[in-house]
Amino acid sequence: MGLSLKNMQKKVDGEIHLTNINLDFESGSRNVILGRTLSGKTSLLRLMAGLDRPTKGQLLLDGKDITGMSVRKRSIAMVYQQFINYPSFTVYDNIASPLKVSKMDKKEIDRRVQEAAHMLHLEEMLDRLPSELSGGQQQRTAIARAIVRDAELLLLDEPLVNLDYKLREELQIELQEIFKKRESIVVYTTTEPAEALMLGGNIVVLDEGRVLQTGSTPDVYHHPATTKVAEVFSDPPINYISCDLKESQIQLGGGVAFPLSGRLKTLSDASYKLGVRSNHFYLRRKNDEDIRLTVKVELAEINGSETFIHADFNGERIVIQEVGIYSRKIGSEIEVYVNPSRFFVYSDTGQLVMSPS
Amino acid sequence: MKIKKRTIVLTFYFVLLLLPIYWMLNMSLRTNADILSTFSLYPKDITFANYVKIFTDASWYSGYINSIIYVSINTLISLFTALPAAYAFSRYRFIGDSQMFFWLLTNRMAPAAVFLLPFFQLYSTFGLIDTHIAVALAHCLFNVPLAVWILEGFMSGIPREIDETAYIDGYSFPGFFVMVFMPLIRSGVGVTAFFCFMFSWVELLFARTLTTTAAKPIAATMTRTVSATGLDWGLLSAAGILTIVPGALVIWFVRNHMAKGFAMGRV
Repeated sequence: MGLSLKNMQKKVDGEIHLTNINLDFESGSRNVILGRTLSGKTSLLRLMAGLDRPTKGQLLLDGKDITGMSVRKRSIAMVYQQFINYPSFTVYDNIASPLKVSKMDKKEIDRRVQEAAHMLHLEEMLDRLPSELSGGQQQRTAIARAIVRDAELLLLDEPLVNLDYKLREELQIELQEIFKKRESIVVYTTTEPAEALMLGGNIVVLDEGRVLQTGSTPDVYHHPATTKVAEVFSDPPINYISCDLKESQIQLGGGVAFPLSGRLKTLSDASYKLGVRSNHFYLRRKNDEDIRLTVKVELAEINGSETFIHADFNGERIVIQEVGIYSRKIGSEIEVYVNPSRFFVYSDTGQLVMSPS
Repeated sequence: MKIKKRTIVLTFYFVLLLLPIYWMLNMSLRTNADILSTFSLYPKDITFANYVKIFTDASWYSGYINSIIYVSINTLISLFTALPAAYAFSRYRFIGDSQMFFWLLTNRMAPAAVFLLPFFQLYSTFGLIDTHIAVALAHCLFNVPLAVWILEGFMSGIPREIDETAYIDGYSFPGFFVMVFMPLIRSGVGVTAFFCFMFSWVELLFARTLTTTAAKPIAATMTRTVSATGLDWGLLSAAGILTIVPGALVIWFVRNHMAKGFAMGRV
C-alpha cells in the first residue's frame, strides 16, 4: 500500500513539464528524487501534494483515486526550498498551526509542539517571530511544522539547499533520525548525489521531466542504467572516454591501448563509452593493473583537503579528484592512473553494459 | 556642512507649506471686523466664536457628521469589495486578467463630471437622492479601483507558498484569509483605508449633487459663507481648519506606510 502515480503528465502553457510518470511509494519508505535544476522535481512534488492538478494521469493513495481531492482534505506536510513560515505567528504558533486547525486538545498540542521543538533544537526560540530567527532556524521551524502532525505524506523540496554548509550537514544527520521514526511516506528532492546517498532509501532519477531510473539509492549509484543517470548521479560529473574494442584490446584515443582483463573479457567487439568517476582517477600508480593516461592540465583547484584537476584527454574533458593537496601547472602534461575494474561500460547509445562490481 | 544646507532648504520649504494653513488658523481665531481692518501676523484678541458657532449650529456640525458617515460607509464598502478582488488578481490567472486590471484603473481616468448626470438620474429613479449611501456608492467608482490597485501590490509581495502551506495545514479559505493573510497585509489595508478616506472626504462634486439637506456634506455647507453681503472669513477658516483635522489624524496613524502606499505596495 502507498502512493502511486499512474501515467502522470503536466503541461503548462503547452510546454511539457513532466511526462509519463509512473511511480510507487510505499508507506514508511524514504524516497529521494534526484535531478538537476529544472528537471521537474518541484513540479512532481506539487502534483503529489495536490497543489497542482496533472494534465493527465491519476494519483492513487492505497488504491483510491485522490487526483481531484482538495489539498485541505489530504494528510500531507511539505517543506519548501525557501523558508516559508507564517510571519505573524510565533515559532510556537507556527509549529502548532496544523494541530490547531484539526482542533486537537490543547495539552496534546503542547506536548507535540514541545517534542518537535526539542527534536529540532528550537526550545529557546518558541516565543520569537520567524523574522527574528536565522535562516537555519527558520527552516527548522518549517520542518518542525511538517513533522508535528503524522501526515501520510511528508514532502521536502530541497529543504537544505539555502543553508550554509555547516548547518546543512548538521540537519542532514538530524533529518535521518527523524525520518527513521516515521511511518509516513517521506519524499525528499535534491540536486546533490552526496545528499541522496546519505539519505539512502529509494531513489527516482529525474531529468527533463522524465523518470530515468528508479531503485534503491546505493543500487542506482553503483549501476546507473544510462550515461545520463550517471551524469546526474555523480558530482563532479562522471568522465566519459570513448573507446573501441578490437582484437581483445581496448583502444582509447591517442594510441593508448590495453588488453582486456577481469570482467571486461566478456565484452564483444564494438565502440563503447567508458565512464570513470572523478575519484577513481589517481595521480600515482596504486595497482599493477592501472592504466596510465597522459592528460593536459587545464585547471587545478584546491578545496580544502581535496584537489580537483580539470584536464584534457584527446579532446575529452575529464576531472580528477584526488584526496590531498597537489599543485600541477596549467598547460603541463601529467600522468593519471585508473584501474580498469572501475570502468562503467556504456554502449554507443548510452545504455549500461557493465558496471564495476 | 552638507547636512546643514539641506536642513535650511527643508526648513524653508516646510515654512512655505505651513504658511497658508497658519494663515487660516490665524483668521479662524479673529472676528471678521478684525480680519478686514488690520493686518496682523498673529491674532491679538483671540476669539473662539467661529468654532463655537460651528459646534452649536446644527446646520454646521451636521455637515461634518454627514461627511463622516458617508466617508466611513464608502471606506468599508471599498475595502470589502477590493480585498477579494485584489486577492484574485494577485493569485489567479484568468482570461483577460491584466486587461481587466487596467480597465479598473481607467475608471479613475474619466472626469467625475461625465458621470454626474447619469448618476443623478439613476439615484433619483431609485429614490436614493439625499442619502448617505448614495454618496458612498458614487465614491466607490473612484475608490474601489484604487483600493484594488494598492492591495494587489501588497498581496503580491506575500509569497504564494504561504497560502499553500496554510491549505496543507488544513485551513479553510476564510480561515486562512482572516487568520494568516490579513495580518500580513495589515499595513496595506491601513494605507488603502486612508486613501479611500481622503478621496471621499475632499470630493465635492458628487457629494453636493447627490444631496440636498439631509445628507449635506461639510464642503457644501461651507459654500454658505459666501453671500451678497460678503464672505464670512472667520467662519470659513474655522470650518477649513476642522476639515483638515480628520485627515491629519489618519495620516498620523499610517505615516510609516505612506511611501509604500504611494508606490502601490511595490517597494
